[in-house]
Amino acid sequence: MFEYDSVIMSRLLTSLTLTFHIIFATIGVGVPLMISIAEFMGIKKKDPHYILLARRWTRGFVITVAVGVVTGTAIGLQLSLLWPSFMQVAGNVISLPLFLETFAFFFEAIFLGAYLYTWDRFRKPLYHWLLSIPVVIGASMSAFFITTVNAFMNTPQGFELEGRTLTSIDPIDAMFNPATPTKVFHVLSTAYLTSAAVLAAITAFYILKKKGSDYHKKALKLTVGSIFIFALLTAVAGDLSAKFLAEHQPEKLAAGEWHFETEKGADLIVFGTLSEDMEVENEIRLPNVLSFLAKGEFDAKVTGLEEIPDDEQPPLWIHYMFDLMVMIGFYSLGVSLLFLILARFKKWNEYNRWLLWLIVINGPLAMLAIEFGWIFAEVGRQPWILRGYMKVAEGATTSPHVDWMFVLFLALYFVLGVGVVVVLRKLFKNNPAELELEQRYPEISRQEGDEH
Amino acid sequence: MAYEMIGITVLWIFLYGYLIVASIDFGAGFFAYYAKITKRDHVINKLISRYLSPVWEVTNVFFVFFFVGLIGFFPDAAYYYGQTLLIPGSIAIVLIAIRGSFYAFENYGSKESNVYLFLYGATGLLIPAALSTALTISEGGFIKETETGVHLETTALLTSPYSWSVVFLAIVSVLYISACFLTFYAYRADDQDALELIRKYALFWSSPTIIASLTTFIAMSQHNEAHFNRMMEYWWVFGGSVAFFLVALFFIYQGKYYGWAFIAVMLQFLFAFFGYGASHLPYLLYPYITISEGVVNDSMGLALVIAFIAGLCLLLPSLFMLMRMFLFDADYIKGKK
Repeated sequence: MFEYDSVIMSRLLTSLTLTFHIIFATIGVGVPLMISIAEFMGIKKKDPHYILLARRWTRGFVITVAVGVVTGTAIGLQLSLLWPSFMQVAGNVISLPLFLETFAFFFEAIFLGAYLYTWDRFRKPLYHWLLSIPVVIGASMSAFFITTVNAFMNTPQGFELEGRTLTSIDPIDAMFNPATPTKVFHVLSTAYLTSAAVLAAITAFYILKKKGSDYHKKALKLTVGSIFIFALLTAVAGDLSAKFLAEHQPEKLAAGEWHFETEKGADLIVFGTLSEDMEVENEIRLPNVLSFLAKGEFDAKVTGLEEIPDDEQPPLWIHYMFDLMVMIGFYSLGVSLLFLILARFKKWNEYNRWLLWLIVINGPLAMLAIEFGWIFAEVGRQPWILRGYMKVAEGATTSPHVDWMFVLFLALYFVLGVGVVVVLRKLFKNNPAELELEQRYPEISRQEGDEH
Repeated sequence: MAYEMIGITVLWIFLYGYLIVASIDFGAGFFAYYAKITKRDHVINKLISRYLSPVWEVTNVFFVFFFVGLIGFFPDAAYYYGQTLLIPGSIAIVLIAIRGSFYAFENYGSKESNVYLFLYGATGLLIPAALSTALTISEGGFIKETETGVHLETTALLTSPYSWSVVFLAIVSVLYISACFLTFYAYRADDQDALELIRKYALFWSSPTIIASLTTFIAMSQHNEAHFNRMMEYWWVFGGSVAFFLVALFFIYQGKYYGWAFIAVMLQFLFAFFGYGASHLPYLLYPYITISEGVVNDSMGLALVIAFIAGLCLLLPSLFMLMRMFLFDADYIKGKK
C-alpha cells in the first residue's frame, strides 16, 4: 500500500510522541504554578478552601506528571533512536541545555516527591508551601532549557561547519540564539494560560452539572483571573514572536501568512482558501496589518515567499494552524475578560450558564491551540532539521523497522491516554470536594451549612 | 584530567546510581507480585509502597540523566547506538512507560488490581533485560557498519551465550539488590514479619547472583578475549567485589547489621561495575567508538563539566533532604507520618 520510507516514518513517530507529550508537558509546566498560588492564598487568607484546592489539584497533577515523565523519557531516547545522524552532529552544540534540562527535571522530581508526602508534616504550613517553589522553578526551567534546544534548531548559531565537523563551538551562544527569548516567553505564558484554562474548564463544568459550592466559585475566580493575566502575556509574546519571525525566519511567516510577494504595506490574511493556481480566496483581508505585525509599522516591507528557493519552502497549510492558534488565544482573552467584568458588578451574574459553557470550551481549545502552535512552528521550518545546515532527510535513521515502532507507540499512547482519563475520573468522582472539606475541616463546612 | 575521563566517570557514577535505585524499584515490583500470588502481600506491600511512592520519579531521572549525559559527552554514541538500538530501545521505553504511569495510576489514583501488579512485576524483570542489551552490544560483534548505515545483527545477539548470561545476571542482581535493601528497610520499620520474609528472599537470590557473575566472566572470555584479559588485570577489584558479597551475606545470615549489609552490597556492585567499566576502556563501543575519538569538542566538554558541578551543588543537598525525609526518618517508615 505505502512504500516504506524511514524518513517519513521517523517524522510521523516523532510527531506522534511530541503531540501526545506536549499535552502533559504543558500541564506539567503550568499546573504547579497554579497549585503554588492556591496554597499561598490559602495560607495568607487563612482560608481552607484554597488549601483544599491546592491539595486536590496536586492529586490530579501527579497522575498527569507520571505520563509526562514517561513520554518525556520516550522523546528523549527517540531523539537518538530516530535521528542518530542529527544528534551526532548537533550533540556537539546542544548537549549543554539537554543536560541542564535533566538537572531541572531532577530537581523538580525530588521536591515533588517531598511536596506530595508532607502536607501535614510541618508545624507551619508556610514550610510546606516553600517546597512548592522548587517544583515551580524546576518545571519552568526544564521548559526553558528544552525550548532553547528547539530555538537552536530554528536559528542555529555558535559554531562553524566544515564538512561534517563542527568547529569554533560556543555553547552559550548556541543556547541564547535569536529565537530563544521569544520562544521561551511564548512557551511559558501559553503553558500557564492553558493550565489555568483547563482547571477553569473543569470547575465550570462541575458548577454547571452539580451547582458548585463556595469552594468551586473561589476556584473559578482564581483560575479565570489567571487566564486573563496569562492571555495578556501570551498576546505580547505572540506579537514579539511574529516580529522575530519577520527578521530571522521570513519563510515561516510568509508561508504562514500566504504572503507571496515582497511588498510594503502587506495585508494580513485571515482564514481563506487557496485556489489551484495559488490565488487566495474567501479570505478576510486586514490592510497593512501584516506589516504592522511583522515590523511595528503599517508601511514596512515584508519578505514574501517568492524570495525563498522552492525546495526550502515550508508547506502552505500551516496558515490554518496559525489562524486557529491566534483565534483561540483571543477567545481565551475575551471570555476571561467577560467573566471579570460580570463579576465586577453585583447585579450581573458571572455564573450564568452561557458564560460557564464558554469557559468549559476554553479548556480543550487552549490545549488545541498549543498543538496548532507547535505544528505551525515545527512544520514551518521544513524542510530543515537544522535550519540552513541540515535537512530532515539527512538526519533520520536508516532502520527498516520504524513502522512497527510507530504502531507500538500508538498503542502505548492509546493505553496511557485512556488510563489517565479513567483514573482522574475515578479519583474525583468518588471523593467530591464537599465531602473532603467536611472530613478535613469540619468547622468550616458546618458554618457554611448554617449560612445556607 | 581530560574531559573524556571526567565525562565517562560522571556517567558511570550515574549509571551505577541508576543500577542501585532502579534495582530496588524493579525488584520490589517482582516481590510485590510474588507476595500477592502467594497470599503474603499484606506482609510487605505496604512497606514497599511507602518507600517507592516519593522516589519513583527520581529513579527515572537517573536513567534519563545517564543517556542524555552519554550523548552530551560522546555524540558519536548517539549515532551508533541510535542506529542499532531502535527495537530494544523502543521496547525498553514502552516497558518503562507502562511501569511508571501505571505505578502512579494505582498508587495515587485507584485501588490495587491484579493486572497492574502483574505488569508491575513483569516489567520489573523485562526492563533490566532490555536495557542490558546496550551493554552487551558495546562488546562488539553484534553490529555491522555497511554503506547504508549501521545495523544490529539480531540473530547473533539472540544466539550468543554472552548476551544471555548478561541478561540473566541483570535479572538476578536486581532481585538480590532489592531484597537486601528491603530487608534493611523492614528492619528500620521494625516490621518483624516483613523482615523475616524479605530476608529469606535476600539469602535465596544471593547464590544465583554469584553464579551469574561467574558465567558472565566465562562467556566474556569466549566473546571478547581482549576485554577479558584487561579484566584480569583488574583482578583485585573483582576480588574486592566478592569479598563484600561475602560480608553482606554473613551479616544477613546472622540477622544483624542490616544497614552495613546493604552498604556491603552496594560496594560489591560498585567494585564489579567499576572494574568492568575501567577494563572496557578505551572502547565505548568496540571497535567503533573509543573514548578519545568519540568525545565532544573541548568547549562543550568544559561547559558540561561546569554545568555538572553546578548541578551537583543543587542536587546533593536536595537528595539528602529526600533521604532524610523518607529513607532515614524512622517515623515515616513505620507509617506514623
